[in-house]
Amino acid sequence: MHGYANPRRFLSIAKPLTPWLVWSGLILSIAGMTAGLFYTPKDYLQGDSVRILYVHVPAAWLGMGGWSALAIACLAQLVWRHPLAGLAARAIAVPGALFTAICLGAGSVWGRPTWGTYWQWDGRMTSMLVLLFLYFGYIALANATMDRGQVGKSAAIFGLVGVVNIPIINRSVVWWNSLHQGPSITLKGSSIDSSMLWPLGLTTLGFALIFGAIVLMLMRADLARIQAEARLRRMAAE
Amino acid sequence: MNHWPFIIAAYGMAFLGIGGVMLWAWRSMRRAESATSDRVRSD
Repeated sequence: MHGYANPRRFLSIAKPLTPWLVWSGLILSIAGMTAGLFYTPKDYLQGDSVRILYVHVPAAWLGMGGWSALAIACLAQLVWRHPLAGLAARAIAVPGALFTAICLGAGSVWGRPTWGTYWQWDGRMTSMLVLLFLYFGYIALANATMDRGQVGKSAAIFGLVGVVNIPIINRSVVWWNSLHQGPSITLKGSSIDSSMLWPLGLTTLGFALIFGAIVLMLMRADLARIQAEARLRRMAAE
Repeated sequence: MNHWPFIIAAYGMAFLGIGGVMLWAWRSMRRAESATSDRVRSD
């Protein structure tokens, strides 16, 4: 892992990888969303509104997966003092917050035709909203504690503590009564018919690649700024 | 109830959100990297 601690080595991989992630992510996302909108059958109970699934579910997975990745980066920053881990966590927080917000927004407009309401303060929706606020808190703390290219320890501890919310989101529909349906896709299989399931794989992979592309772009921007600041400091010292 | 306005709203949110953040991240990266390479050239 420390092999990639050298920013030059990291950039030699990140620079050629970024356009690949951007274009493959866009192509897969557009293909999946087009298929979800026009080629899959409507649900026998929910009708056409089930098409929101192809945006809502991948966004929810990435919102939760994003915080898990952020917590791993925070652990690497605190325990192994990996020089790029703090920057990675800071970069992950932005698309993580984006996909959490998309999940909440798409879920809200899905709720109106399905449940008759845009919002309900139940376990799943509230814990997902807490995740969005955790992302905002981490971004603010990481920006406030950023010094000489390093994100502060307090932000890393916040990132680690916040991971407690992930199992709460996951189990919320099992632990508490909720308008939100129970898990339909688990490690054991899926209760969704395969004719409606395949575009979900495309949008999930596409959104994940876009997530990665945004992380790389933000890390590259940070590394360039750090390099410029270090050069200015050297010039001022001479 | 017509479901399509809700579907369009959900997909529109995703398009605008993802497109906006990608564009912002790309511009931040380009601006930072070109500022650094300009400074290297001027040194």
